[in-house]
Amino acid sequence: MSPTPTPTAPAPAAAEDGALLSLRGISKSFGAVAALTGVDLDVAAGEVVALVGDNGAGKSTLVKVLSGVHPPDAGTITFESREVAVPSPAAAQQLGIATVFQDLALCENLNVIENLFLGRELRALRLDEVAMEVRSRELLRQLSAKIPSVEAPVAALSGGQRQTVAIARSLLGDPKVIILDEPTAALGVAQTAEVLNLIERLRERGLGVIMISHNMADVKAVADRVAVLRLGRNNGVFDAEATSAEELVAAITGATDNVVSRRSRRARPSGGGPDPEDGAGADAEPAADEQVPTTAMTKGDGDE
Amino acid sequence: MSDLTTAPPVERAPAEEPQDRGLRATLAGMADRVRGGDLGVWPVVAGLVVIWTVMQILNPVFLSSANLVNLAMECVPVGVIALGVVFMLLVGQIDLSVGSVSGLSAAITAVLFVDHGMPAVVALVAAAAAGCLIGWFYAQVFNRLGVPSFVITLAGLLGFLGLQLWILGPKGSINLPFDSWLVTFAQLDFVPPWLAYALVAAGAGALYWTGHARAAARRRAGLPATTEQTLVLRSAVLLAGLAVAVWYLSRDRGVGWMFVLFLGLVLATHYVLSRTKYGKSVYAVGGNVEAARRAGINVKAVYTSAFVVCTTLAAVGGILAAARLAASNQSSGGGDVNLNAIAAAVIGGTSLFGGRGNAFAALLGIVVIQSISSGLTLLNLDSSYRFMVTGAVLLLAVALDSVARRSRRTHGRA
Ligand SMILES: Nc1ncnc2c1ncn2[C@@H]1O[C@H](COP(=O)(O)OP(=O)(O)OP(=O)(O)O)[C@@H](O)[C@H]1O
Ligand SMILES: [Mg+2]
Repeated sequence: MSPTPTPTAPAPAAAEDGALLSLRGISKSFGAVAALTGVDLDVAAGEVVALVGDNGAGKSTLVKVLSGVHPPDAGTITFESREVAVPSPAAAQQLGIATVFQDLALCENLNVIENLFLGRELRALRLDEVAMEVRSRELLRQLSAKIPSVEAPVAALSGGQRQTVAIARSLLGDPKVIILDEPTAALGVAQTAEVLNLIERLRERGLGVIMISHNMADVKAVADRVAVLRLGRNNGVFDAEATSAEELVAAITGATDNVVSRRSRRARPSGGGPDPEDGAGADAEPAADEQVPTTAMTKGDGDE
Repeated sequence: MSDLTTAPPVERAPAEEPQDRGLRATLAGMADRVRGGDLGVWPVVAGLVVIWTVMQILNPVFLSSANLVNLAMECVPVGVIALGVVFMLLVGQIDLSVGSVSGLSAAITAVLFVDHGMPAVVALVAAAAAGCLIGWFYAQVFNRLGVPSFVITLAGLLGFLGLQLWILGPKGSINLPFDSWLVTFAQLDFVPPWLAYALVAAGAGALYWTGHARAAARRRAGLPATTEQTLVLRSAVLLAGLAVAVWYLSRDRGVGWMFVLFLGLVLATHYVLSRTKYGKSVYAVGGNVEAARRAGINVKAVYTSAFVVCTTLAAVGGILAAARLAASNQSSGGGDVNLNAIAAAVIGGTSLFGGRGNAFAALLGIVVIQSISSGLTLLNLDSSYRFMVTGAVLLLAVALDSVARRSRRTHGRA
């Protein structure tokens, strides 16, 4: 990992015309806080777009707009060349936009099967429990999930197991676009690799994937393009292959000379650099005086 | 980050080799759940055994057929109300006005039926519809204005008590004619023993048959299933238990049709809550509203349904109470009706924290409360004692709920 100083100009969106999902000029405020201002984003079928940005940059808000949790104040959403509205989570599901939220949003009092099929149970008036259980087991096996029992209440599962359940859940509806909000933040090394493999499998199946991550190694490992948000605005779309982690960090923090690049320059003699095993976390230690993207630090909004 | 290392890396009972769950596994699973803080019905059953033993020692009449027949009938009106309260508690809300609503519905029934000479059916439907409307109104205030349910229903408690008094007018009390089928149903209609035994046999048969069909379907799909032996044993125990109960009650007047109606309501509610999509959405809303909303569940509709079911069942309970008393008066639905209904749901094992409990809670809880009430009445102790004892039992139940919740936390089943 050398500091290739080729100034990769914000790449023109590769998927401009073949876009499965396009956002244009999305704005959203919470009272006085402008969480999003005129944000554009495109995803094509069979493409993984990473959405990166500092804490509070508006990534989760953008996801919530797309999944029908918050209506946008302004802007358009085009899905399969039709302009659509996403007024509710049900509408998003119907369109084929599935979301795995950062705060996983599982019901702890329900078991794994019930959580997987929540809101789309088979046979509404006489639940087809057998079919649901078979499908659940099959899906979890495809994901090589290590779940003690599909009949265990979700409250009995670890954070990683819950993440798996949440991802499996999003796959059940046969979506066209999957949005993953920090899917690897709470996971161990092996399970992170498992999720990254899974994301690649989703891409092979022709799904559009939007992945939010603070982990530059994960982003570079699976993403085709990287869209950067900064303070609720677009701050460039980069080609994941051609762009170095440092450049992404520069776009995220909004400066070429930032605490992360200074650190990596200092660390260079000892052979530092973004390490695919541990990602930005190893490289960009959180400094007390400045904000830096870190892994796992922002987890836990949903936990008790 | 340590999830991976702490998680047991084995998947129990892989789906490829169906491993049937025999009796031992079933019992072990039960014990496991209890240890994990998922107490289920065991505390109530244990409590009931204690109460019945103590009451029987204090007064040998308590467990006589005559008293138990009475006890069963006495359970029904408030039990039906408690069934509605279970819905509210499951979605994590509460209705404090069930007593007033039941009193109002009793008043409506009596005024229409007696004063206006309408057919009983019309009076019943009108009263139930009024209950339904009240729930819908509560739900509108709750969903649109976001007022907490306990405040809305506290206002309802007072408001509908006032409406009840206004409807009854200066007389304040209306007697229902003894020869009307309504009163007959609540006081005199008992299931003939042969039919009661037939119903028991049908119930046990249905339990076996549904269990058998389910196990067969699971086995076909390669899933672990309950063994035939367990299924037969379960049905046999139910058959024997209910048959003995019917035999014992039949030494006196037998099983009242009103009690059968209550059992029917409990079973129907159980089915709706556990085997339908709607039921799952009720539990989901009570467990995690945000998750339910994101799963595409119409959360407001679920709340509305819970309010409506609760107030409608409260109205039905009020009608049954009036029929049982053969009168509707200013104190109908007053006194301890409100708290008994809520206490029954909680004592029966419905969590006040939402998302946990089931329809049988109403049945078990009301039996506990009426047992205390009946036992103390037999001892010639007035309502002052009844209030105190019921209050203590309620506190015990709530404390148990909280302790169980904490235990679930420490066992990672939060
Ligand atoms: N429901 C809300 N009400 C008010 N403000 C909100 C709400 N949700 C988000 N915000 C604000 O909007 C801004 C963007 O938040 P958002 O959660 O989208 O950031 P993020 O990029 O996901 O950050 P993180 O990396 O920490 O997850 C923040 O300033 C946040 O405080
Ligand atoms: Mg976020």
